[in-house]
Amino acid sequence: METILKVDNINVYYGSIHAIKGVSFEVSQGEIVTLIGANGAGKSTTLNTISGLLRSKTGSVTFLGEDLGKVPAHKVVSRGLALVPEGRRIFLQMTTQENLEMGAYTRGGKPDPADLEKVYDQFPRLKERRRQVAGTLSGGEQQMLAMGRALMSRPKLLMLDEPSMGLAPILVEQIFEIIKNLHDAGTTILLVEQNAQAALSVADRGYVLETGKVVTSGTGAELLASPAIKKAYLGG
Amino acid sequence: MKKLKALKTTAKVDFATYLGVIAAFIIVSLLKSGGFLNRSLTGMLVPICCYIVMAVSLNLTVGILGELSLGHAGFMSVGAFSGVIAAMSLQNAVPFGWARLVIAIAVGAAFAALAGFVVGVPVLRLRGDYLAIVTLAFGEIIKELINCLLVGCDENGLHMAFNISGTLTIDDLGMTPAGTAIIKGAQGATGTEKLASFGAGFILVMLTLVIVLNLVRSRAGRAVMAIRDNRIAAESIGVNVTKYKMIAFITSAALAGAAGALYGLNYSSLAASKFDFNTSILVLVYVVLGGLGSIWGSIIAAAVLYILPEALRQFSDYRMLVYAIVLILVMLATNNPTLKNFLGRLKPRRSHRKEAA
Repeated sequence: METILKVDNINVYYGSIHAIKGVSFEVSQGEIVTLIGANGAGKSTTLNTISGLLRSKTGSVTFLGEDLGKVPAHKVVSRGLALVPEGRRIFLQMTTQENLEMGAYTRGGKPDPADLEKVYDQFPRLKERRRQVAGTLSGGEQQMLAMGRALMSRPKLLMLDEPSMGLAPILVEQIFEIIKNLHDAGTTILLVEQNAQAALSVADRGYVLETGKVVTSGTGAELLASPAIKKAYLGG
Repeated sequence: MKKLKALKTTAKVDFATYLGVIAAFIIVSLLKSGGFLNRSLTGMLVPICCYIVMAVSLNLTVGILGELSLGHAGFMSVGAFSGVIAAMSLQNAVPFGWARLVIAIAVGAAFAALAGFVVGVPVLRLRGDYLAIVTLAFGEIIKELINCLLVGCDENGLHMAFNISGTLTIDDLGMTPAGTAIIKGAQGATGTEKLASFGAGFILVMLTLVIVLNLVRSRAGRAVMAIRDNRIAAESIGVNVTKYKMIAFITSAALAGAAGALYGLNYSSLAASKFDFNTSILVLVYVVLGGLGSIWGSIIAAAVLYILPEALRQFSDYRMLVYAIVLILVMLATNNPTLKNFLGRLKPRRSHRKEAA
């Protein structure tokens, strides 16, 4: 399998605070890779560094053979890298459909109706609510909308930042079901999660972050079975 | 009529805004030529046009971009004095008054845009209310700078000096006897030739509407509004946040400069203290009362609220008190659910685009 994203030895600082300490990992075509870890482990910081909002002092982020270190954040989307930000962040005053159309912003011109249809096929719930103002959607629907919006830019890699945050267990299950479906449809996904069990059960491979360092990595099944992970994240 | 129906709701509102302004201009012009307007009202026509442009341009920053600017009068001031200097120094070179007015407005807009750029570059990269603080300071700095600015013009060109010590006078500029003083420090610009007219004001208002409405309805405008609604979401779909903020802010500053130039050329004397914090707040009141993001609201609010203090002259000392009460009543009335409901029914319905599938 071809490696599409390669993060090599990145070090990120918030002022004097060393938040990411030499993190390296890879994502190959068609995989779900998950970064798990507790609060403050550096998961979101890593994602923000990949999408260009933060810069690493060392190392490199290579996406499809191109070094993203010099690419400004707003150009990263047109390179085929889409981020679903933490806490959904949809346009509350716009309708569902308008939100999706905004997702195709970097593609220019009118959004392709085929893209819209594809998103509506993945998320039939959104099709029912396409005229509804997004602020009146439920939390789970808003998460689906944020994911659908990211898909509108036809990403080669979809990065999800805590998609299960603040959702009821049944909805969390639904969201992970959707992630699995997206994966089956051929989307490559980088998933950042606190919900280690759910994330590892859908992921091909996982990396465990602790205070800015990768402490363990392996396939999803391996990590799920690993006693250390079980103890640290899954409660015994 | 069929064509009108086919237009989108936003296009209908824009169309009505243009028509309303044109109709108002024709009616007021007819009233003026018929002698139905008293002197004080006739004298207010050009300032009203200026303040309409100010309100519409501030609405671009506050309502469309969602950033608070407390120094819009500063940009007006930059435009006014640079416009006056341009118009006065070209008195011999350009014989036509209207041509000098156009040049002055263009120069005023250019200098205000430059000021907007200087303010915007560092501040618009930040998140939070920094723009409000910096523009507030900007307005005061510009006022003080112009307060100690001496400008004169003779056959050798422009002469300028900064009277920081307070000891310089216009004689220290070293002009030949044929030279004329244009800006005399704290006295401001005096002896300015009055070039502004109601017609020019109307054209500037129309031009402003064309620029602002086209910007708002364009791809850039939608990006600007996306940033206002949710900055993080806009960033995550690939909108260049700083660039679009700069576009909106500089356009807003340039239009304020154009309004300032027109304003400056409407009075034979003009001091920098006219463009103080109160003027910025006055324009902000027009924008907020007219409705954030509503262009036609800004136009009506600017016109009505500019005339109101004059119309309240009969209350003499209690004039500003009544003005404040009127502001409060307008706010209460426009927030009244019954009235809102009624107005909502008058408005054209939000048209749903036909589905492809």
